[in-house]
Order: sequence, then structure tokens, then C-alpha cells
Amino acid sequence: MKKTTLLLTGTALALGATSAFAGSHTGSITAVSWGGAYTVSQIEAYHKPWTAATGNTVVSEDYSGGIAEVKAQVEAGNVTWDIIDVEKSDAVRGCDEGLFMEIDPTSLPAGSDGTAAVDDFIPGSFTDCAVANIVWSTIFAYDSSVTTNGPKTIADFFNVDAFPGKRGLRKSPKANLEMALAADGVASGDIYDVLATDEGVDRAFAKLDSIKDAVVWWEAGAQPPQLLADGEVAMTTAYNGRIFNAVAGEGKSFEIVWDAQVLDVDMWAIIKGAPNAELAMDFLKFSTATEQLAAQASYIAYGPARKSSAPYVTTYHSNADLEMGPQMPTAAANLATAIPNDFEFWADNADELNERFNAWLIN
Amino acid sequence: MTDSSEPLLAVDGTPLKRKLAQSMFRSRARAFGLALPLLAFIIVVFVYPILDFLRQSVYDARFATLMPATSEAMADWDGSTAPTEQMATALVADLVVAKKEKTIGKVATRVNRELSGTRSLFTKTARNAKKMKPPYMEALIKKDKDWADIETWHAMKTASRIFTPAYIAAALDRKMLADGSIVQQSEERRIHVQLFARTMEISFLVTIFCLILGYPIAFLMASLPLRTSNLLLILVLLPFWTSLLVRTTAWIAMLQAQGVMNDLFVVFGLATDEDRFSLIYNKTGTLIAMTHILLPFMILPLFSVMKTIPPSYVRAAKSMGATDWTAFWRVYFPQSVPGIGAGALLVFILAIGYYITPALVGGQDGQMVSNIIDFHMRKSLNWNLAAALGLVMLVFVMFLFWVYDRVVGIDNMKLG
Repeated sequence: MKKTTLLLTGTALALGATSAFAGSHTGSITAVSWGGAYTVSQIEAYHKPWTAATGNTVVSEDYSGGIAEVKAQVEAGNVTWDIIDVEKSDAVRGCDEGLFMEIDPTSLPAGSDGTAAVDDFIPGSFTDCAVANIVWSTIFAYDSSVTTNGPKTIADFFNVDAFPGKRGLRKSPKANLEMALAADGVASGDIYDVLATDEGVDRAFAKLDSIKDAVVWWEAGAQPPQLLADGEVAMTTAYNGRIFNAVAGEGKSFEIVWDAQVLDVDMWAIIKGAPNAELAMDFLKFSTATEQLAAQASYIAYGPARKSSAPYVTTYHSNADLEMGPQMPTAAANLATAIPNDFEFWADNADELNERFNAWLIN
Repeated sequence: MTDSSEPLLAVDGTPLKRKLAQSMFRSRARAFGLALPLLAFIIVVFVYPILDFLRQSVYDARFATLMPATSEAMADWDGSTAPTEQMATALVADLVVAKKEKTIGKVATRVNRELSGTRSLFTKTARNAKKMKPPYMEALIKKDKDWADIETWHAMKTASRIFTPAYIAAALDRKMLADGSIVQQSEERRIHVQLFARTMEISFLVTIFCLILGYPIAFLMASLPLRTSNLLLILVLLPFWTSLLVRTTAWIAMLQAQGVMNDLFVVFGLATDEDRFSLIYNKTGTLIAMTHILLPFMILPLFSVMKTIPPSYVRAAKSMGATDWTAFWRVYFPQSVPGIGAGALLVFILAIGYYITPALVGGQDGQMVSNIIDFHMRKSLNWNLAAALGLVMLVFVMFLFWVYDRVVGIDNMKLG
């Protein structure tokens, strides 16, 4: 008897709570991102201002990339996430699989200088289902307190005789094959043309073969700065923002080599069947506006996807002397030999190259 | 006195035999009824999901459902002749629908698994399919010359099978062709068979190491007084209360090039500072970390079996002139075999499916099948292949279990 009463009271309370929320016209969305310094930059630049402006709250969750969780949620018909920060290749794949909502880029707000959104965003910022927020890149870095006469080019990275020591590489063919070809003398504009041929793939793997015994493989973005700090590797590829944060935030003496950096974008996508899809769309529009993207650049060295954000990029949030502009992958000085990731190529060839890469790895 | 030919009757006059059977049935039914919730629970959350997932290893209706006309038009085509105009017509009609229903991405992804590069071919063609005019084969080839390549049509033919052995073939490094024959993969793509072999090798070695390290400890625990053995038991159980992730990460700190072990080696002159041992991010690291983590699973069954072996047997053997070794080997050891069987089977089966530890410390040659299954689950989203790999693994473990039963005998196993 007592139990029943308790249960009833509990239900009544829960119902009351639900209606209280509905009454105040504020809601909550679940935003999923990569964690660490990157999520912090989003919380500071997107979540807090959005909450201040609309009264809606954002629940932040971390994941480690890939869209398997999204696929599982959508296929089970039990979607709990609303909006997710994905790599471009996953945005395309997720859209193909029908996991994400379609987004019309013309519905996005114009830039602060009045440029329409479709022209304001840098090329390659839209897929059918996603909108870019930042430009990041895969670079390689070394510890200048250990390696005094450091490497200058991507060819040095692949030269274990002149620059001895272990190398850190991401356990994935992506970016590695491009960098291997660049080190082998292929111009950055021709990389994907060469990689589209069988000989080109052989050539890239042959170059990777030359350092295979020296490689320590990493998977999560937080690993490479750790590997460098521990002295496990002499140099490692990494996401530029992670190295920047180790330098700016923790005072490490890491140096980034921008030669043959592989540029990519991260994108917001809204999950099909998301419980708060409309709010999530509002959040997406808010967070990809000129000011928010520029504000994010004070927390992490990833470039804003809007051109109109560039003039507003200032200094590091905790160090007024550290100009963020030159730290961006999109800074003119860093772009000379940059390789923009060709998502179409990867969407077509990822299965085959992954298969070949996995087989190469264990042989 | 009663006549022996007359059946015994219960108080109410029914034969005692029937009465007994009735009450036996009732108690059995009650026992079954009590176990029913657990049984239902296991079926709903364990057996059914596994079977449903394994179904994916042979069942893939994606292409056939989304491209119905094409699948039907191709049904009688054996792949040896040129694709017909009828097939092209059906294809264009399906592409128009797929574009409109926004299912073209799913179709393209499916065919791309069979032939790399067809994803963009499908999405591009679908964008223009509505404007195409007959003859469709020419229109397709005009759009992209890859449509003239019979390989493209072969890939579609393979993808159009609903029940397909293609994924299981792929899990065994084989490839199914359009005519249904199965050939071996090209050499630089073979990976799974080798990975299965390595998984077996690692699991086997880990089991042996656990046995070598665990047997003396269990023996010690079983022969010490209760107070001391309880303390040892707590030490054995202590790692269980620490997160698996923490234990694995601790091994990284111990074994890495700049880690504790290598520092000690340098101090004692076993290694030079420039040329330290590679103890982690390879097979060695996987073996060391897994042996440590699985050791309790060997010690506990051994301990519980050894505890039941009366010490008087060994004393009796010695009193009759057996040496220490003979007494151990001929008297004590055979009695501990059930514990070895249970521990070894437990460790081996746990090791075969091990995932986090090899993923963290395995580097390139310490990876196991579970890691490639994880890759197909999370990264490539090829759940069919993941299911096929899981099925092959399951069948293999069942086979080993059967062999174990024949060789050692499952009755010979004792968990406590």
C-alpha cells in the first residue's frame, strides 16, 4: 500500500516537473563533440552565449569520432543526441546512410559584413546534411627542447637516417597517404590524382614502408602531444589545435611544421529523428555565425569556416600577447604547400584503402 | 500382507506411481517457473540480439529493396555476357526513384563495398538520371564511361543477392565473383585469416603464461594457513577492483621506452640509453598486459580445486617412499587437473575476445580479431562484415570447445 502511494507521488512529481519545463518555454539540446580542449572552446564560444541569448541549455557529451553510435540510435528509433560535431567524411557518409537531416545552406544567417552565407563560408563548407564550423589540419610536430636542429619539411619526417627516432602516425590511411606522397615529391595539387591510380597507392605505401618499423600508432587526438611529452617519439603527426594547446596552455616547447599539412573541416550535423531538432537547428545557426566562430578562435587554433570571422580573430583567451591569426592552418604563411582533404576521393575509396592499410599494418 | 501383483495405492486410491509422477512434475514445473524469468531475460537480451546480429552476416537486402527493378532484371544474368538494354532501363528507373527518395547514398555505399569508386559514379549518375533518354545504355555510358565496364555490373549483381555468402567469404579473405564463384583475395588485401591465427596464438600463449605463473601461487595459497592465504587471496582479487583501463594504462607507464622498466634496464646496463627495448605497442606489450589482467581467472579455479585436495594423500605417498617430485607429479598434480582445465578454458575464451588491451598496447602486430570487428562496427560501418567475422569466431570457439570436450572431457572441469 505504502509502496503504491510512493510510486504515485513520484509519478505526479515527475509529471509536474515536465509540465513546469514546458511552461517556461525553454528547452535543452544534447550536443556531442570530441571532448578536451576542443569541447571547451565550443562551450565558451557557442553554448554559453546561446544559453544567455535564448535561455535554452546545452548538455555536452563526448565521443571519439565515427558515426556508429548515431547509426545505432537511428536504427533503434531511440535518438537521444540532437546535434553532433563530425568530420567531413563522416558527414557525407552519415547523409548517405540517412542518419542526418538535410540542411539548406541558404537558411543560414548572412555574415556580419552582409555577405550571404553561401558566399561567406569557405569552399567545401557544406554537404547536403552538414555545415562546417572550423578548419583543422593534420600537421607534424617535434619537441624543440629535445630535437634542436629540427625537421623543416615533410620529407624530413620520412627521413629516419637524417632525423633518427620514432614517429607517431594516426592509425588510418587518411592524411598518411597524402603526406607520404608529398614526401615522395608529389606536388600538393597533384596528390589525389596520383592517389587515384594503383601505382600511386603503391608508391604511398612504399614510402610508409620506409618508416614502418619506427612508427608508434595513435588513435585519439590527445595521444600525440602525450607521446611527444613522454619522449616516446621524436616527431608525430597531430591535429594542430592539440599541439597549440600543449604549447599555449601547458608551456611545452613543441614546434609545428606546416609543410604538407592536410586541411579538413569539422561540421555540425543534426541527427534525423532528434528529440529537439528545431532547437538544434537554431543552435546550429547561432553557433556558426560570424561572432561565435571568431570567439572560438580565442580558445583553440582552429580556423573559422566563415571568411567574415577573420578580422575578429584576436588573441589567446588567457594570454593577450599571443596573436591567434598566425596559429591558424588557414594563415597565408602556413597554406603554401597545404593539401585540402578531398572528401569525394575518400568517400569513394575509404573502404578499399582502409582494407589495404589494415592488411599492410599487420603484415 | 498384500499381493505383490497389486499396485500400491495412495490414500485417495490412485496408484502410488502415478501420484509420485504427478508430484515430481509439479515440483519440476515449479522449479522451471522460478527459472523462467531468467530464461526469458537471457533469450530477450542475449540470445535474440546475437542471433539477429549474426543474421546480418548472410542477409543483406539493401540493394534488392532499394533497386527492385534492377535486381529483377539482373536475376537471370550470369555475368558472362554484356549487360542488356533492359538492365540499363531498369537501372535508370531505379536511380530516379532512389534520388527522389534520398536512398541513393545507401545504394551507392553498398555497391562501393564490392567495387571501390562506384559511390560517386552512382550519386553522379542519379543526379542526371531523370533527364536521360533511351537507349539508356548509351545514355549511361555517355554520362560516365565506367558504365561500359562490366565490372560495375558485376558489382551490382553481387550486391543484389539477398542471402549472400560474400561477407563470410570476405571474413576468410575470399571474394565472391558475380557468377557466384569464390576466389582468394589478392595478396596485399589478405588480413583476416592471419588475424585469426594471431588471435589464437596470443590467446594460447597468454593461457600458458597464466598457467605457469598462476599454478605456484594457487599452490601456495592452498597450502598456507587460512589467515595468510586469505591475505594472498585479497592481493589476487585486488586488481579486479581496479578499472581495466587503469591497469592497462599502468602497463604503458611501466613498459614504454622512457618508462620504469626501460629506465631500470639502462641503470643496470642491460640496455643503452639510445637503444631501449620496445616492450609496448607490439605483441610483447599485448602478451604482458593480457597475462597480468587474466591471471586471477586462472588462479581462482586452481585455488578452489587445490583447496579440496586432502594433504594426507601427499603425506601417504611420501610415507610409502615417494620423492617430493613423484608425490607431487603422480598424486597431487592429477587431482588439480580439473582446476587447470577450468582456468585454461576460462582464460582462453576471455583472451580470444579481448579488445581494449590490444587496442591500447597492441601497436601494429599485437592486434586481434576483436579490434578489426570494432573497426568495422565503428569506423567503416560495415556491420555485415563485422557480423561475419563474429560468426566465424563463434563457430571456431564452439569447435575448440568440442575438441576440449573430446580430449579433456567437460565433466573434468571444476570451477569451485
